[in-house]
Amino acid sequence: MSTEPYSRDEIMTVTAARQLRNGAVCFVGIGLPSAACNLARLTHAPDLVLIYESGTVGTRPVVLPLSIGDGELAETATCVVPLPEIFAHYLQGGRVDVGFLGAAQIDRFGNLNTTVIGDYAHPRVRLPGAGGAPEIATYAREVLIVMKQSPRSFVARLDFRTSCGYLDGAGARENSRCPGAGPRAVITDFGVLRPHRQTRELELAALYPGVSVEAARAATGWALALADDLEQLPPPTPAELAVLRDLHARTRSAHAGRVHIKLPVAT
Amino acid sequence: MQVLPLSEAIATHVHDGQNIALEGFTHLIPFAAAHEIIRQGRRNLHLIRMTPDLIYDQLIGMGCAQRLTFSWGGNPGVGSLHRLRDAVEREWPRPLALSEFTHAEMAVAYQAGASGLPCGLVRQYAPTDLAGVAALGVKTLRCPFTGDALAAVPAINPDLTILHAQQIDAAGNVLIRGIVGAVKEAAMAARRVLVTVEEQVEELGADTNALVLPALVITAASIVPGGAHPSYAHGYYARDNAFYLAWDEIARRRDTFTAWMERHVLGVRDHAALLRALGVAG
Repeated sequence: MSTEPYSRDEIMTVTAARQLRNGAVCFVGIGLPSAACNLARLTHAPDLVLIYESGTVGTRPVVLPLSIGDGELAETATCVVPLPEIFAHYLQGGRVDVGFLGAAQIDRFGNLNTTVIGDYAHPRVRLPGAGGAPEIATYAREVLIVMKQSPRSFVARLDFRTSCGYLDGAGARENSRCPGAGPRAVITDFGVLRPHRQTRELELAALYPGVSVEAARAATGWALALADDLEQLPPPTPAELAVLRDLHARTRSAHAGRVHIKLPVAT
Repeated sequence: MQVLPLSEAIATHVHDGQNIALEGFTHLIPFAAAHEIIRQGRRNLHLIRMTPDLIYDQLIGMGCAQRLTFSWGGNPGVGSLHRLRDAVEREWPRPLALSEFTHAEMAVAYQAGASGLPCGLVRQYAPTDLAGVAALGVKTLRCPFTGDALAAVPAINPDLTILHAQQIDAAGNVLIRGIVGAVKEAAMAARRVLVTVEEQVEELGADTNALVLPALVITAASIVPGGAHPSYAHGYYARDNAFYLAWDEIARRRDTFTAWMERHVLGVRDHAALLRALGVAG
């Protein structure tokens, strides 16, 4: 196998992309999730159906959108529906297989904080807030989480619980009547964490080449348990890297492009 | 329905202390109208919008707002809205009260407002801290048929909704194409609706199921080409992603933000002058 050099971001994106099966209906967030979903679509999963919360269904962007509602998404979509329908008909209606989320903080049961650091009334850092995340976490059949791992982001206790993972552990999510099954995997810049079958606590399930268990544990704010069958993940293939780098190069060039607006002469 | 110059439309229809929604989900954000509100020095506005975006970062940083109702407050794909953060974290330039929802909740709140209902409904989700934040105003309702717990979200009825759209016809009907967000619901929920449009045409020539807001729901309109920049108008011009990236640095500090606003908004006559100064229109 080739050992072409790659960045942590690249192996993280490739690993996230590999979690997606062809044909799945995927609710996509902006940033690394969007890169991973489009990489999957351009490699092993050409029939992946991508939905962005702006209302674009079945979109096949040539360049990655900067925002959740770039024109690129509408122009390449099967259809564009009003935003209330995306949440009511597609998400709450149970038509989404996979939801992709990130956050500022995650706890050992995969609950997420995107609201505040510090006290809600007097926050040290005001984060963007809920957006579509609470409903994605609730209704998608399964959830993939993508986050860089550090003691500040992988915390023993969330400052605010915005979106639910497995709540307080064993049985809690099932009792809460959430239709979706919850987080299947957390893809980090060290490897992959997965929930334990009974306790639902996130365990280190897989590592990237050259990454140690100690390093992953040092980047976690709780005592990170190891899965019984800790796996070593393969590096990105040259083909995956080529597609991903092309995608990013096209995207950078498009986002730097100048906009021109033609004004009528009279104004 | 009246077609007015934008300065006159804002002077007539935007008043201090109003509940006001400038909608458009990433697309068709009415920036020109917001800049005119800033120029005219409106104060104590209750700003309503799913994604505050740069448009409310600017209104908040210029001291126009006293409350914000929203569901996601970041610079999409870039990071923080620094002026929003400064207002919440350090009360600059003045304190900002928050009413915070999820996207799905806010969507049904607009739908309820548009439908004459007191509240909108979503299925009640698992326990999160959102439920405990009093400002949210979401309450549990039992379904009378199944006994299921539903979340009731109070209806949103803005005093005024402002939208940007592609076209208005001679009769005052307004066509909106592309990503539509919750603009129809926000318009129908409002007591008055002000639109800025790219152009006036004789006939819209819209498909049967196109999103047309008929003249009967429009209070006033202004012809403002480029009025959504740095957001975009599908079929006219693209989103200025380079500007959204640049805004992160402009808005990070109070002095650079204030200088930018003084030069590009307070210091120009209208939106066309701003677009020319930015080199976007020639």
